[in-house]
Amino acid sequence: MTSSITDAAHRIQERGPSEPRAARDPVNLPMINNWVEAIGDRNPVYTDESAAAESVHGGLVAPPAMAQVWTMGGLHPQRDPADPLYAMMAELDEAGFTSVVATNCEQTYHRYLRHGEQVTVSTRLDSVVGPKTTALGEGWFVTTRNTWFVDGEPVAEMLFRVLKFRPPEQKPETPKHEAGTAVIRPAIGADTAYFWEGTAAGELRIQRCGQCGLLRHPPGPMCPECGATKRIHLVSEGRGEIYSYVVHHHPPVPGKELPLVVALVELDEGVRVLGELHGVEPDEVAVGQRVAVDFQRIDEELTLPVWRPEPTEAS
Amino acid sequence: MTLAGTRSLAEVAIGDALPEERIEVTPTFVVSTAIATRDFQDVHHDRDLAVAKGSKDIFINILTTTGLVQRYVTDWAGPEALVRGVAIKLGVPCYAYEELALHGQVLERDGAVLVVEVLGRNSLGTHVSGTVRVELPEVAG
Repeated sequence: MTSSITDAAHRIQERGPSEPRAARDPVNLPMINNWVEAIGDRNPVYTDESAAAESVHGGLVAPPAMAQVWTMGGLHPQRDPADPLYAMMAELDEAGFTSVVATNCEQTYHRYLRHGEQVTVSTRLDSVVGPKTTALGEGWFVTTRNTWFVDGEPVAEMLFRVLKFRPPEQKPETPKHEAGTAVIRPAIGADTAYFWEGTAAGELRIQRCGQCGLLRHPPGPMCPECGATKRIHLVSEGRGEIYSYVVHHHPPVPGKELPLVVALVELDEGVRVLGELHGVEPDEVAVGQRVAVDFQRIDEELTLPVWRPEPTEAS
Repeated sequence: MTLAGTRSLAEVAIGDALPEERIEVTPTFVVSTAIATRDFQDVHHDRDLAVAKGSKDIFINILTTTGLVQRYVTDWAGPEALVRGVAIKLGVPCYAYEELALHGQVLERDGAVLVVEVLGRNSLGTHVSGTVRVELPEVAG
């Protein structure tokens, strides 16, 4: 296969430049207006007759980067099988390299085009290099050279390189785990019961030392600061910012749809609490993002705290 | 005669930076530039087909990138700067809903022609890197 592609490339190269092909329309203001409007180019030499007349050009000119636009094939292109680029693409399609991306474009402008000029283009195949392993898949780099003419005068040239590649096989989608199956339940004990009673009551309770006042989470039997075992709690405002997070893709977690985001949130009161983040796409989570607690009732015995983007004052 | 706002060679030094420009790549931008460049490849206007072919969304075409790089430099250089060449290499795609940040720097001078390096980055990385060759008047008009 490699040799057949290389052979085809040599054959097409030997044919040399294609016969000049004419642009659909002469260089004209309506197409230029569309182009400058879409691209956002406000240079008056392209569209403002009096400004252009005052300029070095002495009249309206076309944006140089439109060189290729004049001779584009349009919505229903008539493909000339003798066109070197089209012929090479067809060979590669046949060999299974069906996708294409442009990689390089080097345009040289010999002069600006003027309204009314009729452009033609001639293409030759410069090189075909491959097969190469790329991030997109295995493929061939095809380089062509275009020359645009007005009445036989070369006005612009372009080296154009595309990667013609074989798209990798689509991976089968990983089945989404059924939501609603039993979730993993926390172990609730003497040290943590107050917390889960809190979530059931719609409160985010944070353990506080009854002696020195230290806030701590997750809870424990003894204050790491003063050693006291006198435990009380405060009810947090439930607002804070994302200190860190992970996006879990695999393995499946019972009762969860993947991917899921687990955020470590620094509460405004100063302690950090873990929880699933809802309402934010995994690729849009940001450290420092403001979040507020919400409560996800699983069943009569369990309510999980979750994080959501903090509602703004206006809402 | 020189239109107001065209830079002269005397005003530019090697190493000068161009001001950053940010372009909101909306779906309308992707589609309108594709049509304005007469590029009707489906990946530039049909999201379903673009996704079916392995892309995240529709993305801007290379003729548009060339045009953006050119106008980024002429926006800075002024209306009578003469563009002599644009050479670009594409990196990551620039999908709809990206923001493209353009940066530039004057690399070298060859007579009256400046070589300006241009980089365009989005959230995925470097979308375009290249150079624009642009000729400026010797002195302001």
